[in-house]
Amino acid sequence: MDIKDIIKPENIVYKKTKLFTEKPLSYCPGCGHGTAHRMLLEVLEEMNIYSDTVGIAPVGCSVLAYEFLDIDMQQAAHGRAPALATAVKRLMPDKFVFTYQGDGDLAAIGTAETIHACNRGENFTMIFINNGIYGMTGGQMAPTTLPGMRASTCPFGRNTEIMGNPLKITELLAQLPGVYYATRQAVHTPNAVRKTKKALRNAFEYQKLKKGISFVEIVSNCNSGWKMTPNQSNKWMEDNMFPFYPLGDIKVPQLEKV
Amino acid sequence: MGELKLMKGNEAVAEAAIRAGADGYFGYPITPQSEIMEYLMTEKPYETTGMVVLQAESEVAAINMVYGGASCGRMVMTSSSSPGISLKMEGISYLAGAELPAVIVNVVRGGPGLGTIQPSQSDYFQATKGGGHGDYRMYVLAPSSVQEMCDFVKIGFDMAFKYRNPVMILSDGAIGQMMEKVVLFDPIPRRTPEEIEKQCPWATVGKKANRERNIITSLLLDSHEQEQHVFKLRDKYKRMQQEDVKFEKIQCDDAEYLFVAYGSSARICQKAVDMARAQGIKVGLFRPITLFPFPSEELKKLSSQIKGILSVEMSLGQMIEDIKLAVECKVPVNHFGRTGGVIHSPGEVFEALKSTYLGG
Ligand SMILES: Cc1ncc(C[n+]2csc(CCOP(=O)(O)OP(=O)(O)O)c2C)c(N)n1
Ligand code: SF4
Repeated sequence: MDIKDIIKPENIVYKKTKLFTEKPLSYCPGCGHGTAHRMLLEVLEEMNIYSDTVGIAPVGCSVLAYEFLDIDMQQAAHGRAPALATAVKRLMPDKFVFTYQGDGDLAAIGTAETIHACNRGENFTMIFINNGIYGMTGGQMAPTTLPGMRASTCPFGRNTEIMGNPLKITELLAQLPGVYYATRQAVHTPNAVRKTKKALRNAFEYQKLKKGISFVEIVSNCNSGWKMTPNQSNKWMEDNMFPFYPLGDIKVPQLEKV
Repeated sequence: MGELKLMKGNEAVAEAAIRAGADGYFGYPITPQSEIMEYLMTEKPYETTGMVVLQAESEVAAINMVYGGASCGRMVMTSSSSPGISLKMEGISYLAGAELPAVIVNVVRGGPGLGTIQPSQSDYFQATKGGGHGDYRMYVLAPSSVQEMCDFVKIGFDMAFKYRNPVMILSDGAIGQMMEKVVLFDPIPRRTPEEIEKQCPWATVGKKANRERNIITSLLLDSHEQEQHVFKLRDKYKRMQQEDVKFEKIQCDDAEYLFVAYGSSARICQKAVDMARAQGIKVGLFRPITLFPFPSEELKKLSSQIKGILSVEMSLGQMIEDIKLAVECKVPVNHFGRTGGVIHSPGEVFEALKSTYLGG
């Protein structure tokens, strides 16, 4: 059998969602950002809401997210995405709005914008990629860097006495009354990917209810920043990140009975 | 004629925003401009016109809300005073980089640092020379009365959308706080989402099947592309210079000496002109209304008949640099001003003119 006999429309079981542009992703091979994008786009496509959606890209590796997602998007200053999203949603309450941010963006420079948008109970979805490091700028320490974990600004490992403790920002945000749904997922195995997709679907379904922020953390790898192969990084993530950032729902809405 | 009211400068700004059909206001309190948001919260435009009014957690958040709203083609504004405007500078640079329309009101107080809450004009450099990072400019309007606080909001929005550029209304604590009569313009209805989509085809309002996706960004990683972008912005600033310079001339026709002053200082100089004229001294007042673009051409024309210029500013002298550039140093230009929140009196200004140019 020739390869041409295999590549036929009837044999295709999985293909690019139409919401991906033709532009090749700029992420390192093995990085979770690309899979997270894909799950987001599949949800927008399946819900058929992409023409009513405005996305907000951060500063960080996903700064160019708008190059890959074929929807209307705004690019925010480092950490400010929740402020943009607040205005977008308030001015266009019937549109779907999401932010997509890394840990440096959401949990460091943008802490105030994050906490206050969540606390006000703005009606948009926040997607938070937690890879425990600043990927884009070359692997510096993030608020989410684990104790003992190495980064270029903590080359001997994070010493919590000097550098402070890692921030479980999602747990913190889940305490706020304005957060309607908070969950932590991953995208390193097919099973995890399916769960993440379900979580994202929930997040956008909940957005329709206008009851506050729907927040999806995705614990992800940064094989480049962590200086590992993709496989090593996924294993390292399971062994080290998940014990500190356990996967699963953190806050689920108590849906009213109809 | 529109409705006649006695109002504070800050209130006039707020009322004008509602009447201009603004879609949103995002702010954070700081003296001496807190009445702007207080007025909006009291008037509840969200119940009448549907205008969104929100108190943000900081000036940084407020200007970024403005960025988000402007990206949707909406008419959005914010206001603050000096220390808050410094915080907004990050967002203003992004607005300029992404070519977004917005009105930003600065009711200036004395600085640097926390300074004083008294009026000052010491943010001229920040407003006209960039302020935030990068090669960009704002269109800067300087009102000198409560009436202009009202009118310039509308002009500000027109210019912001004409050029897709942030516009600053550079006021000060005196104009923000004083009460005067204002003729309010008739309310203009807010644009419908359909009108916005037609007028702002670039707005991120959800990608419809009939067009490419819209992206609002100021990121151009390729430095040649970035250079082209900055050149494009520069051409826009040149167009402002050609098409939308504003100024006022008071008793300039036969003037031998000139006060050049804007905002509150211009009001004070007007009185000083009267004092001088009463003594037979031929003095005029040239008032830049747009501080960027600066009315350089007009001032240069005028200067051919002038023996001396006094730049009167509530600062150590910032606009004086633009005046000197405008007259190409062919006329003596001196500065008189008080700073730190102290306001000069017309008498002081007149004395300064005499001691500088008329031998005391
Ligand atoms: C005001 C400002 N400060 C700093 C930077 C530099 N910077 C760019 S990306 C980044 C960190 C991003 O890390 P994260 O949000 O975790 O995203 P990742 O790259 O890991 O996906 C920093 C510090 C910037 N662009 N703007
Ligand atoms: S640097 Fe890290 S986060 Fe950025 S693309 Fe590479 S692997 Fe992903």
